[in-house]
Amino acid sequence: MTHAEVKNVNVWYDTIHALKDVSLKFEPNTVTALIGPSGCGKSTFLRLFNRMNDLIPSFRMDGTVMVNNQDVYSKEIRIDEIRKNVGMVFQKPNPFPKSIFENVAYGLRVNGINNKAVVEETVERSLRQSALWDEVKDVLKKSALELSGGQQQRLCIARALAVEPKLILMDEPASSLDPISTARIEELIFELKKTYTIILVTHNLQQAGRISDLTAFFYLGELIEYNLTKKLFLNPDNVQTQNYITGRFG
Amino acid sequence: MDTKQLKQKIVFTIFGMMSFVVVAILVIILGFIVFRGIGAISWEFLTTAPKDGMTKGGIFPAIVGTGCLVIGSMIFAFPVGILSGIYIHEYLPENWWKKFLRMMTNNLAGVPSIVFGLFGMALFVNYLKFGDSILAGSLTLGILALPVVIRLTEEALKAVPDGLRLGSYALGASKIQTIQKVVLPVAFPNILTGLILSIGRVSGETAPILFTVAAYFLPRLPESISDQVMALPYHLYVLATSGTNMEETRPMAYGTALVLVSIVLIINLSASLLRRKIQKKNKMN
Amino acid sequence: MTKARRIYEKIVTGILFSSSTITSLTVILIVVFLFREGIGLFNTTPTEKNYVIAVSRQNTVPVITSNELADIFNQDITNWKQLGGRNDSIIRLTLNDLSGIFTEEELGPNLENFPQKLNEYVKTTPGVILYLSKEYIPKNFAGRIIPVKKISLLDFIFGKHWYPTSTPIPQFGIWPMIVGTLMVTFGAILFALPFGMATAIFMSEIAGNRLRTIMKPVVELLAGIPSVVYGFFGLVVLVPLIQRLFGLDVGETVLAGSIVLGIMALPTMVTVAEDALNSTPKSLREASLALGASELQTLFRVVIPYAKSGISTAVILGTGRAIGETMAVLMVTGNSTHVNYSFLQPTRTIPATIAAELGDTSFGGVHYNALFALAIVLFLFTIIINLSVEVIKNRNKEVNQRG
Repeated sequence: MTHAEVKNVNVWYDTIHALKDVSLKFEPNTVTALIGPSGCGKSTFLRLFNRMNDLIPSFRMDGTVMVNNQDVYSKEIRIDEIRKNVGMVFQKPNPFPKSIFENVAYGLRVNGINNKAVVEETVERSLRQSALWDEVKDVLKKSALELSGGQQQRLCIARALAVEPKLILMDEPASSLDPISTARIEELIFELKKTYTIILVTHNLQQAGRISDLTAFFYLGELIEYNLTKKLFLNPDNVQTQNYITGRFG
Repeated sequence: MDTKQLKQKIVFTIFGMMSFVVVAILVIILGFIVFRGIGAISWEFLTTAPKDGMTKGGIFPAIVGTGCLVIGSMIFAFPVGILSGIYIHEYLPENWWKKFLRMMTNNLAGVPSIVFGLFGMALFVNYLKFGDSILAGSLTLGILALPVVIRLTEEALKAVPDGLRLGSYALGASKIQTIQKVVLPVAFPNILTGLILSIGRVSGETAPILFTVAAYFLPRLPESISDQVMALPYHLYVLATSGTNMEETRPMAYGTALVLVSIVLIINLSASLLRRKIQKKNKMN
Repeated sequence: MTKARRIYEKIVTGILFSSSTITSLTVILIVVFLFREGIGLFNTTPTEKNYVIAVSRQNTVPVITSNELADIFNQDITNWKQLGGRNDSIIRLTLNDLSGIFTEEELGPNLENFPQKLNEYVKTTPGVILYLSKEYIPKNFAGRIIPVKKISLLDFIFGKHWYPTSTPIPQFGIWPMIVGTLMVTFGAILFALPFGMATAIFMSEIAGNRLRTIMKPVVELLAGIPSVVYGFFGLVVLVPLIQRLFGLDVGETVLAGSIVLGIMALPTMVTVAEDALNSTPKSLREASLALGASELQTLFRVVIPYAKSGISTAVILGTGRAIGETMAVLMVTGNSTHVNYSFLQPTRTIPATIAAELGDTSFGGVHYNALFALAIVLFLFTIIINLSVEVIKNRNKEVNQRG
C-alpha cells in the first residue's frame, strides 16, 4: 500500500527555521491539500518527498520522511530512485523544448528504458490517463511548446505519470491557467486519485475545498491543523485556521 | 543503475579538471610575467628613457605616450559614445534607423583592430594629412572604443527603471530634464564602469597604433598633438621581436610586459570593484 | 515652456542626433576607405610605376599576365613557345644585365649611344624581354611595349605566391594567408572549444557559488590581458617549448599560433556560453531531476539543447576574436608566406601580414593597395560572423516566442 509519512521534521535555510517539528501521515488514494499564506513552508514541505530541496545549498533538515516505507533521506537510498517513484507537477507548465512524444518518454529514457514498444505503449497510456491523448495523438512529433498552457500542464502530468510513481506532488498546478483549463486539471486530479496518492499545494482555498479529501494548514513553518477538508473548512479545531479561511489574514 | 551515477562522477571530474587547466593557464601567464618582470622594475626603469640600443634605461616615454593616447582617444570616444548611447536608447523609437544604428554599432564592435589601424592610416594619416601623430592615433583608438562605450551606456540606461522616467514626466518635466535630472544620475555609476573598461581595452591595443602614431624609438617626450610617441604595447612588441641584442633586451621586455599588464589589470579591477559596489548598494536599496 | 528653453532642447537633441550619426558614418567611412584603397590593386598594372616590359617586334605574344612574367624571370618559362608565341628562347634583360652585353666604350661616357645600341640589340634578338625604366626606352624604339594584364580577383584569392616587393613583377596571391588564417583559427577553436565549454559547464552547473565567484573574475582577467602580452608569452615560453617538444628547426608554427589564439578566445567563449547555460529556466532542470534524471542527463538532454543557440553564438564569437587577432599571431607564427598545410610549420595570417608589411609600403603603391584588399577579405570574414550571430539570435527569438 502507498504510504507517505513525515515524522518530526525540521528544516532550516541558513538560520531561518522554515519547518518546525512537523509530523504528518498521508492516506493512499487521497488528495491532500496544503494551504497557508506565502512563506509558510508548504512548498518546502512538498519538496521533502522527492528531495528537491537538496538543490538549495543552504538547506538543512532533520527528522524522517518515509515514502513506500522507505526512508527518503537515508544514506543507502539513491536520490534518483526516490525521484523516479515520486512524480511532480510544477506551478507553471514546463515542458521540455522537445516533441510531445519525447516529453512523455523522457522519464523512461533517463532511467534506461529505450525499448520502442514499451516506450510507445507507456506514452499512450500516460497521455490517456492525463486526458490529452485525443487532442495530440496525431501530432506527437510536434514541439510541446506549440500546445496551449492548459494542454502543456496536462502534458507535464502525463510526463510525471509515465515513470509510474506512487505519489504525485503538485505545486499549485493550476495557478497559471485560465478557469476552463483549471477545471479540466481539477477533473483530472479527481480521476488520478483512484490510482495515486496526491499531495497538492494551493493558494486557492475554493480549489482545496473542491478537490481535496484532507487539508493541512501551515503557518510560519508550523503545521497548525490537519483535518478532513470538510471539517477544516466548516468547523476547524483551531482559531488560526478559522481566521485564515475566513480571510482575516493571509 | 549505478553506472548512471558513476558516469556522472567521471564526466564531472573531467570537466572540473579542464576548467582547472583554464585557471592554471592564467595563473601561469601572470605568474611568469610577474616573476620575470619584477627584477627589472625600479624607479629608474619607470622614469627614464631607454638607452644603449634599448638594453638599458627605462620606459618613461612609452608610459607617457600610452597616457597621451588614452586621454586623446577618450576625449573623442566618451562624448560621442555616451551621447550616441543616450540618443539611441532614450530618443529613438523602434524603427529602421534604430535598427540600422544598432547594426552599425555591432559591426563596428566586431571589426578586427588591425582594420581600425588601416582605416586610421588611410583617413587620418594620409587623406587628412595628420601624419603619424598623437592626433591620428587617438582618433583611431577612439573609434575602436566607440562601440564599447555606446553599448555599455545603453546597458546602463536600460537598467534605469521606467517608473522613474514616468514619475518625472508626471511632474511635468520635459524629456531632456528627465534625462538630465533623473535618468543620468541613476545610470551614471554604470556608465562610469563602462568607461573605465574601455580605457583598459584602449591602453593595451597595439595594432591600431602601429601605423598611426607609434614610434620605434623616441626618447624625448611629445610636445604637441602632431608628435609621434612611443607606446607601451608597441614598445613591448619592438623589444620582443626586433631588438638589436635580444639577450640584453629581454629583461627590459619582461619589465615592460609587467608594467603594461599591471596598468590594464588595475583599470579592469577598479571597474569590477566599482560594479560590485554598485550592485551591493542597489541590493541595499 | 520659455523660448530659450525650447531652443536649448532643440540644440541638445541636435547634438545627440549628430553623435549617433558619427557612429554610422564611421562604419561607412571604414568601408569606403577600405574599398577605395583596396580596389586600386585590380585597376593598375602590377609593375612598378614608370617601368615597362618590352619585347621584339617579331614576338607574337599579344599580352602577358603577371604570373607569366614572374615565371619568365624565375626561369620557369624559358621559351616563348610556352606562351603560344614563336619558338625563341627567352632572353631576359634588365638594367643590371646591360653591362654584360654592352661595354662602356660602346655606350659612350654619358650613355649617349644607349638608345641606338638597344635598338640594334632588340632587332637582332627576337627572344628578348626587357624590363626597363621608361626613360631608357628610345624615342624611335625598335621593339614593342607589351601590356601586362591587371591582376584578377581569382589570381588574388587563389594565387599561391605572395612576393609583394619582387622585381620586375610583384605577386599578390593571398592563398597562403587564407590557408594560414583558417588553419590557425581552426586550431584555436579545436583547443578552446572543449576547454571553454568544460569551463562554462563547470561554472554554471557543477561548481558551488563560492568557486564560481572566484572563477568568474579569473576568466575576466584573462580577457583583459593585452594581445601583445599573450604574444610575448607565446614567444618566450610556448615557441621554444614546441621547438624542443617536436624537434623542429623553428618553434614559430601554426600550432603555437593556435594555442595562443585558443587561450585568447577562451574568455569570450566561456562568458557567452555560461550566460546561455544559465538562461535555461530552473523549472526545466527541476522537472528533469524530478523524473529521476541525473544532473549529467539533465545537462545533456535538457540544458544544452535549450542553450544550443547561445552556445553556437559563443563559438562563433570566439572564432571572430581569433580570426581578427593580429599582434599575438604575428609574434608566434613565424611569418612565412609559403602555402603550408602542416601545423608544425610557420605560416602567416591575414591580419599579421597587414601588420608586418604596411609599414614598408609607399602610400598609393600597388603593395599598399594589396594590403587594403587583404583587409577587405578580413572585413568580409567578420561581417559573415556578425551576420551569422544575428541570424542565430533571430531564429532563437522565433522559437522562444512560439513557446
